Amino acid sequence: MLKHFLLLLLLISFQTVFSKVIPVGKGEQIQSIKVGIALAQPGDTLLIRSGIYREGNIRVEKSIFIQGENFPVLDGQSKFEILTIRAANVVVQGLTFLNTGMGSMDDIAAIKIIDSKNIHVIGNVLENAFFGIHFSNSTNCFVEGNTLHSESTEEQEIGNGIHLWKCQNMTIHDNKIQGHRDGIYFEFVTNSVITNNYSESNKRYGLHFMFSHNDEYRNNTFIDNGAGVAVMYTKGVKMLNNTFEHNWGSASYGLLLKEISDSDIVGNVFVKNSIGIFMEGSNRNKLQSNSFLQNGYALKLQASCDDNILERNNFQQNTFDLVTNGSLVLNKIDGNYWDRYEGYDLNRDLVGDIPYRPISMYGMIVERMPTTILLWRSFLVFLMDRAEKAIPVLTPENLKDNLPAMKPYDFN
Amino acid sequence: MTRVIKYVFYDILRTRFILFYTLFLLVCTFMLFQVDSDFGKVVLSLMNIVLMAVPLISVVFTTIHFFNSYEFIELMLAQPINRRSIFLSEYLAVASSLCLAFCIGVGLPFVIYGAWQPIASLLLTGVFLTLVFVSLAFFASVLTRDKAKAIGIALLFWFYFSLIYDGILLWVVYSFNDYPLEKLTLALIAFNPVDLARIIMLLQLDISALMGYTGAFYKNFFGSSMGILFSGVLLTTWALWPMGIAMRIFNKKDL
Amino acid sequence: MISIENICKNFGQLAALDQISLELTTGKSYALIGPNGSGKTTLIKSILGLVIPTSGAILFDNKSIFNNWRYREKIGYMPQIGRYPDNIRIGQLIDMMKNIRKDTPKVDEDLIDAFKLYKMYDKPLHTLSGGTRQKVSASLAFLFHAPVLILDEPTAGLDPVSAEILKEKIHHEKRMGKLVIITSHILSDLDELTSELVYMFEGKIQYNNTIDALKDETNETKLNKAIATLIRQKELLASVIE
Repeated sequence: MLKHFLLLLLLISFQTVFSKVIPVGKGEQIQSIKVGIALAQPGDTLLIRSGIYREGNIRVEKSIFIQGENFPVLDGQSKFEILTIRAANVVVQGLTFLNTGMGSMDDIAAIKIIDSKNIHVIGNVLENAFFGIHFSNSTNCFVEGNTLHSESTEEQEIGNGIHLWKCQNMTIHDNKIQGHRDGIYFEFVTNSVITNNYSESNKRYGLHFMFSHNDEYRNNTFIDNGAGVAVMYTKGVKMLNNTFEHNWGSASYGLLLKEISDSDIVGNVFVKNSIGIFMEGSNRNKLQSNSFLQNGYALKLQASCDDNILERNNFQQNTFDLVTNGSLVLNKIDGNYWDRYEGYDLNRDLVGDIPYRPISMYGMIVERMPTTILLWRSFLVFLMDRAEKAIPVLTPENLKDNLPAMKPYDFN
Repeated sequence: MTRVIKYVFYDILRTRFILFYTLFLLVCTFMLFQVDSDFGKVVLSLMNIVLMAVPLISVVFTTIHFFNSYEFIELMLAQPINRRSIFLSEYLAVASSLCLAFCIGVGLPFVIYGAWQPIASLLLTGVFLTLVFVSLAFFASVLTRDKAKAIGIALLFWFYFSLIYDGILLWVVYSFNDYPLEKLTLALIAFNPVDLARIIMLLQLDISALMGYTGAFYKNFFGSSMGILFSGVLLTTWALWPMGIAMRIFNKKDL
Repeated sequence: MISIENICKNFGQLAALDQISLELTTGKSYALIGPNGSGKTTLIKSILGLVIPTSGAILFDNKSIFNNWRYREKIGYMPQIGRYPDNIRIGQLIDMMKNIRKDTPKVDEDLIDAFKLYKMYDKPLHTLSGGTRQKVSASLAFLFHAPVLILDEPTAGLDPVSAEILKEKIHHEKRMGKLVIITSHILSDLDELTSELVYMFEGKIQYNNTIDALKDETNETKLNKAIATLIRQKELLASVIE
């Protein structure tokens, strides 16, 4: 944030010294943005007065500062890609982008950035864009404080909100994305951060994240997305203090971890998801200090996951705390708080004296035969789980928390 | 008929059982409120009471009452009164006093603690279950002249719907797991009033349980107005048909 | 008044009533006798609609009693063993019966007075002795001026004074032209109270005529002797046929 601010300051100071401001608008000498861009020298500022501009596709291929005054509207008339940037050191700020074209072959976007460096997309409003802000093969860019909103009913009729492909050192901060296909899409994006974003009601994933090593996402909120958040085929990702809420539906997760390794999932909150975390083929990850609240399944741990550490998490009011599909469990599960734990603590060290088995027999049955969910909270299920607790038959013998916490952790 | 109901009511009140039942529910509910500050958990614990205790007490009380009022029924039958009226009076008096006890015992603490939101579905399903099991108990009672046998049959109904049925359901699902079973299980659930009541309550109270894929299917079904109508009609049918059969048997019964 | 046409009643294998036909007319008084298990009580309960016959019909005032209940307004019934709800008091019971038969506003409380039941109005029924219970049953049977009286063992268990009171009441009602049906094992009572005799044995009616006719046939003056002779004759007949 600070770095970014200084840079901005630097740019502005440069401009005041070396560059000029070119106003564009109805009452001005230059009425077209395209003409303004053509006239501008690198380092100039294009000050766009409020109004509606219908100029089709606008290309930016030099280092300029495009600044909107009172959010002028750039209308794509449902036909065009509005802004295409192929340059270094461009700032796009304070504009409204409206109604881009749609395409099944091309990724038509409100703002598309190709092979660029140091691009800042700041404080814009995007309304009914097909793709919102689309980066490919770019480095050192900032996307900050933008609001993206789209309406569509079908997943295939809409593109992603903030889409990054093959990028490095990117920062996605404080954006609000609603109604796109994926809220934020990362593919082959490394050493980047995603912070304080709010991604809601997107058709597919709130965040879709693949082959993007050594990234970090922090303090983001993902609510009510079609299938939650998917993080796949990645190493060394840090997921800290994010909130995954109310991702409900037939195949919805709070967080899908598919082939993720050496990553940290710390301090996140999973509330009211069909599945809190679904983990598949993931190894050597650390899941710590997360809260799982009122989920259908808090954690689905497939047998293909090894050497993960699950410690000091809170599990409260979930239908099932943990399920797995195998009998061999090679993960370390220790020191979590389970609200179903019925053990005792004689030495008062706040650690339960007998181990807790988080997997219930009924949970395993439902995992295999989903229709049996209808028996939830019936007398039969109650008896079955009691019997299983006494004599474990179906549930993996070694899957247990040896140091269950007596009280929930306070992570605030 | 109202005259007969009045006397059956007097008789029920005199045994004080209903009073104890009300007190029992009051104490349970108040205790749950004391132990847990989370209304959601209170409601879930109460749900277990509603699903287990209410049917059990309903069948036992109804059967015992029926046989204890055998003399009264005999006396009434020698009077110029329709058999149907006598039977209906018995049914209505027993059912309404049990329902009233339930509503006061469970409802009053909710009113006092100001937890209005979950009370409706809890009370409604409780009342329906009471009606259904009173109905079943009357059916058991007219099947035999032996009080012990009748209580046995009534308990068997309770045991069957609370446990055995679900066991069979589980077995069916297990055996035919390779086929799409959503509709079949839905149909099977409909044949058990306890399951039906449980699902209705779960959808209102414990939504997280039903969020998986199939869960979503059932939620969509029972959550729709069609589903509510469906379950309402089914529960009503469950409350009425054993009673109807019992009445037919009673009309032809030798006393 | 009451026509019984060919009724049968089976309890499982046992035929409690076997092809019974009987005409009971107003103004007459019938003694219904027979050994234990001969079907007397089943017949009475059939008339009352407490037992539904397996086949045949019962007409009350020429209307079938099947699925009908209004005719019971015209019947006062005194059961053999009066069984009443346990925790109800005598007064409440009588009030209840009055309340239930509200359509008969004029009540006959002679017996209540004569038995001095009003003194015991506060007693719960389950504390009563057998005799007092009989008094209650009798009082209820006569309470509503019913034109038909069905009395099952009316004097059994009553003390002699009360038995006399009851018999006097029955006489009185008989004189009023009511149809009275009495079963009893105390034949001397029946001799006094009834004019017609229906003798039942193993679910069949063995004899149905006036008591006087029976006495003539058997050359006896007392009913008990006459019946003993009748039974002997029947047994003889049966053995000859075999």
